[in-house]
Amino acid sequence: MSPKNEWPLWEVFVRSKAGLDHKHCGSLHAPDAKLALQMAREVYTRRQEGVSIWVVLSSQIVASDPGEKGMYFDPMEDKVYRHPTFYELPDSVNHM
Amino acid sequence: MYTQAMSVGPQEQAAKVQSAEDAKRLEAFEARVGEGEFVEAKDWMPEHYRKTLVRQISQHAHSEIVGMLPEGNWVTRAPTLKRKAILMAKIQDEGGHGLYLYSAAETLGTSRDQMLEALHSGKAKYSSIFNYPTLNWADIGVIGWLVDGAAIMNQVPLCRCSYAPYARAMIRICREESFHQRQGYESLLVMMQRGTPEQKELVQDAVNRWWWPSLMMFGPHDKDSPNSEQSMRWGIKRISNDDLRQKFVDATIPQAEVLGVTVPDPDLKWNAEREHYDFGAIDWDEFWRVVGGDGPCNRERLATRVKAWDEGEWVREAALAYAKKQATKAQAA
Repeated sequence: MSPKNEWPLWEVFVRSKAGLDHKHCGSLHAPDAKLALQMAREVYTRRQEGVSIWVVLSSQIVASDPGEKGMYFDPMEDKVYRHPTFYELPDSVNHM
Repeated sequence: MYTQAMSVGPQEQAAKVQSAEDAKRLEAFEARVGEGEFVEAKDWMPEHYRKTLVRQISQHAHSEIVGMLPEGNWVTRAPTLKRKAILMAKIQDEGGHGLYLYSAAETLGTSRDQMLEALHSGKAKYSSIFNYPTLNWADIGVIGWLVDGAAIMNQVPLCRCSYAPYARAMIRICREESFHQRQGYESLLVMMQRGTPEQKELVQDAVNRWWWPSLMMFGPHDKDSPNSEQSMRWGIKRISNDDLRQKFVDATIPQAEVLGVTVPDPDLKWNAEREHYDFGAIDWDEFWRVVGGDGPCNRERLATRVKAWDEGEWVREAALAYAKKQATKAQAA
């Protein structure tokens, strides 16, 4: 079988029973979405890992560039005023 | 289960001539890895690091897949329904482990079909252990206890491998693998403690045949393992072959005593000074013979894989054709 006939790659996200969000847990090859879901259930939720599955074609995912990691995420550091801890309140004001 | 193949197989030379830019990148890369940082799929990495990992992870994946065969040999003949269900669950886990590992390798820019092609053509290796036959039911328990035990010993340090997708796959796998080892040991315990003399004999026979092949799973001696040094420096490997093998022997001998079996090694002796077990010499001729394709089951295993792949081709194509048709239909609607 030539690589062009390869089943496409899917990324799998699972939300656990008590979880609030879907977490990426791996990837798999499947011919279509329905079989991708079925296989994700077999492979990734065999030990009660989750109650909800998303599958996404890998080719549909766009990722940030690790080479620009420094510059891309840097502004966070010099904007301390974005954090609640930056603001001082009088002791008499509790629990704001 | 596991491949011992880290340091076995054709070794490409590290790139000789580098551009000034690559030399600078390499230095930064080695500094990062040296500080224990993880490497992600899209990060720059030396070509040799990438190749070493593709070889190691794909061989590891192949081992999971081929490793389903010796155990699958006993599914239809498992002595009780409980043992049969356990064995099937375990083999299913192994299929899943192969899948995780192929996915991890694919993040390095290869494809699963390419890797399978390398396996089926004999270019890629898998763990030598799966070239030994399963001759009696006790072999299944011993594979769980010794082979999966050796695998876990090997794999736990890989959970801190510098290549993050591999490390993440190993964390998942190790969690599931300890079920395999425990169930194997437990099934042997039942045979040894409540079994007939014949059953006890089966267990001892299985241990006799699997002990040395299990020790070989850790790979050649450190002195015969030319790539180890670089793999250690790059954080692909954390503990040397010989150190892991020693850890395995030290951990396993007390388990054998609880079981009431002996290992087939007249030189095995506790060394109070070293606080380790001393053990006899491994038959490296046999090891290289099996790695080279001439073990008891090499041909049979490969032939089974190739047959499944070839005869499954029309099914894979049908699934793809159906998916395309559905997609076209959905688009037209």
